[in-house]
Amino acid sequence: MQDLLYFSQQLINGLTIGSAYALIAIGYTMVYGIIGMINFAHGEIYMIGAYTALIAITGLTALGLAWLPLILIVALLCAMIVSSSMGWAVERVAYRPVRGRHRLIPLISAIGMSIFLQNYVHLAQGSRNIGFPALIEGGFNFSADGAFEMSLSYMQITIFVTTLVCMTALSLFISRSRTGRACRAVSQDLGMASLLGIDTNRIISATFIIGASLAAVAGLLLGMYYGSIDPLFGFIAGLKAFTAAVLGGIGSIPGAMLGGLILGVSESMTSGYLSGEYKDVVSFGLLILILLFKPTGLLGKPEVEKI
Amino acid sequence: MLEVKNLSMRFGGLLAVDGVSLDVQEREIVSIIGPNGAGKTTVFNCMSGFYKPSGGKIIFEGKEVQGIPDYKISRLGMVRTFQHVRLFTQMSVVENLLVAQHRHLNTNMLAGLFGTPNYKEREQSALDRAAYWLERVGLLDLSNRDAGNLAYGQQRRLEIARCMVTEPKLLMLDEPAAGLNPAETKELNQLIVSLKEDYNVSVVLIEHDMSLVMDISDRINVINQGRPLASGTPEEIRHNDDVIKAYLGEA
Amino acid sequence: MAANNYRHALFCAIVTLIISFPILGFNLEAKGVNIELTGAKTSTIVAVILAAVAVFVFQAYRDSFMGLLGKLPKLNPLADKEPMEQSKRVKLESWVLTGIVVLALFWPFVVSRGSVDLATLVLIYIMLALGLNVVVGLAGLLDLGYVAFYAVGAYTFALLSQYTGISFWMALPIGALLAGLTGMILGFPVLRLRGDYLAIVTLGFGEIIRILLNNWTTLTGGPNGIGGIPEPTLFGMEFGRRIKEEGNTSFHETFGIAYSGEHKVIFLYLIALVLAVITALIIRRFMRMPVGRAWEALREDEIAARSLGLSRTAVKLSAFTIGAFFAGFAGTVFASKQGFISPESFVFLESAIILAIVVLGGMGSQLGVILAAIAVTILPELAREFSEYRMLIFGAAMVLMMVWRPQGLLPMRRIHITLNKQG
Repeated sequence: MQDLLYFSQQLINGLTIGSAYALIAIGYTMVYGIIGMINFAHGEIYMIGAYTALIAITGLTALGLAWLPLILIVALLCAMIVSSSMGWAVERVAYRPVRGRHRLIPLISAIGMSIFLQNYVHLAQGSRNIGFPALIEGGFNFSADGAFEMSLSYMQITIFVTTLVCMTALSLFISRSRTGRACRAVSQDLGMASLLGIDTNRIISATFIIGASLAAVAGLLLGMYYGSIDPLFGFIAGLKAFTAAVLGGIGSIPGAMLGGLILGVSESMTSGYLSGEYKDVVSFGLLILILLFKPTGLLGKPEVEKI
Repeated sequence: MLEVKNLSMRFGGLLAVDGVSLDVQEREIVSIIGPNGAGKTTVFNCMSGFYKPSGGKIIFEGKEVQGIPDYKISRLGMVRTFQHVRLFTQMSVVENLLVAQHRHLNTNMLAGLFGTPNYKEREQSALDRAAYWLERVGLLDLSNRDAGNLAYGQQRRLEIARCMVTEPKLLMLDEPAAGLNPAETKELNQLIVSLKEDYNVSVVLIEHDMSLVMDISDRINVINQGRPLASGTPEEIRHNDDVIKAYLGEA
Repeated sequence: MAANNYRHALFCAIVTLIISFPILGFNLEAKGVNIELTGAKTSTIVAVILAAVAVFVFQAYRDSFMGLLGKLPKLNPLADKEPMEQSKRVKLESWVLTGIVVLALFWPFVVSRGSVDLATLVLIYIMLALGLNVVVGLAGLLDLGYVAFYAVGAYTFALLSQYTGISFWMALPIGALLAGLTGMILGFPVLRLRGDYLAIVTLGFGEIIRILLNNWTTLTGGPNGIGGIPEPTLFGMEFGRRIKEEGNTSFHETFGIAYSGEHKVIFLYLIALVLAVITALIIRRFMRMPVGRAWEALREDEIAARSLGLSRTAVKLSAFTIGAFFAGFAGTVFASKQGFISPESFVFLESAIILAIVVLGGMGSQLGVILAAIAVTILPELAREFSEYRMLIFGAAMVLMMVWRPQGLLPMRRIHITLNKQG
């Protein structure tokens, strides 16, 4: 019973982190699906979302606002607006001018952007980590005989539910709306879509905005969950989310979700049963293994080399 | 020397090549023709090792070679050109030919660093062979130009020369006449025949346009929609009803 | 059209405000357990508003600006010139390189000890950048975990000296070979991956190696690192005040001169200089060898290269291994110079800096890479207040380079073999 509770606890923790990874992974997978580049600066967009949310929360509290849902919603909106503007701007400045050039050129540009944004926040807000208030406290506790307690916090429930809502909304948007249909068309064949009169530049911008907004949501959620943020915390999270995207099959939205959950669970199992220090080794190892043996991921489509 | 038996290639749900067979004897020019999208290039990609065929056999000099890696195929003596010329455009013309001779050179790093006699000798003989073939295709005067700066017809000839310096037994040409004017095409046909006559090379030729290959081919295979349609001498093909139908149907 | 222009300009200006004002305009400050929000300095706010105005003006009159830029006399007077004839260019480049080396030889005797120390660091970066240049610039493989091989070299020396008391001169080839071997082993499975996937996988390898160094405390000392790494000796002469090793003599006693701490620094600098020159010469030679041609061919058109019998894995692996080998070289020198190493020196940022050097210098060009290494290391030291902005500027420079001049400041023209048998 003890063991089962311990295992369930790791599972819950893993699913929590994993669903947040999935939110970030959407940004990678959609951008890759459409223009075939790794948006290396996406982790930084997520980090900026978390910072904006914290600034908004602190500001609203200082103004005397006390009703928690309102604070959270305003903070979330602020974070989404700032992050998506950032995503849009990054694409315009660093990616659009190099689109279509040799594969490595957009990637190096993206790495440059990632370094730039990290240091932008570092210079503005300092390099030390800052505590993120745990606004959602409490939760359910289960225990067998009082020895080990398994807990499911309200924060974790919030993360699940928010992710679920976001993913459903995204799926509906992609399958139903005009822009969503255009997105799918562009990701199938950019050149053909533009011949058919789809404004591909607009669709690409939209992709960056959607990805960035979801990253901002993850920024707020994970900021609260971890309890502190710093300018570097987007980098590792970005790599993890990229791993999740590749694991699920890059370009595939359900794949990003699946990949995020698998990655989150395998990480928390490593922390729970081996050692927390090696959890990053496990996720990087997982990434390397997938790329080597199944580069199309779990739900991706195979690619045929064009000659 | 080359025998392709029942070759098939599937991409997802699409059967791009289905049961294609052909054979090539020593010193023979065999053509594969067919309408656009008939699967000619896919057959080539299987033969040159870029694709692993879904079914069938490719036997080269008595050895099954289907599915072995591309670079090993070319080392066996089957070398190809591409439908859209693929040169190393930023390297000079002569260097394009040196790269092709990579495996004939002394690639031992230390030998190169110290410039051993063997290394120098092999570099020189590679340069000589390159010069010979540049002369042969009429590009010697342009040997130090960047390959990307050549005219289209010259690029086509350079690509063939680049294959020839590897001393192949079988040359696979993918639409070599595409984009050439009639005079250039005639010149090319003479070159291909001379490769067979003077250098004992067998040639497999893909062409879209039937009339071009009639003069020089010993035998012709026609494929349509991935399936073999007919095969025989040019004379037989010219009078084959199915072939005429397929070509008229396309037009 | 005009109204549309203004709308777009206004939109861009608003976006500029949105992405800069919240982050720059407010400062989060931890006060005990609580966090407080303070407004930034007025100057920052003014700067943010000015930036938005600038973006508005630029976007609104974008066409005229671009037109004006086009009419301006060329910023780079060489841009329109025909590329120099190859023989001339090679000669010029060799002269410049020789000049740099001669200057570098006299440098330590006229400047302060601190400058010599810095110059040694520059030389280490030059070695690293030249090595990475083989991988990225010549073979076209983006390696984001290059620092891992640097770490292998440094840790090899540190550990061997700790456990077996090995000398610098023994450790140098061992460290380099081991780094090269690591490169070969790690490279073998991953080199068939496509470019951008390869980049991410190498990044993962780099991180894994760093995490291992950090956590394998019993062997590597974890975050505390390893100290007491010996300095190089000159034919058994030590440069310390007292002799540490049995059987060695000391430099100042042998030559009957007064002890000076500078001797050691200068000696280390000269070793680094010699090694950097050797690195440059070897790689230069590689570029003219079949393997150099194969790198370029595979970078230009992998499919054509494969169709001509070039094994993708073998060719790429050679570049990867050679790059790793020189990183190990540099790592050994670094360990010896610092006397102490810890995983902190081998973070991803370090890989990014080396990559920035290669990119700024013009991927593939040796002279460019050397100049970029000098600039990137020395500029932050010259202007201290600038050093805070160093990484910010690196990041921006990488983006700008890719947008405007992806071939780098001094683009590479590999020396082509010429055929002299015309006519």
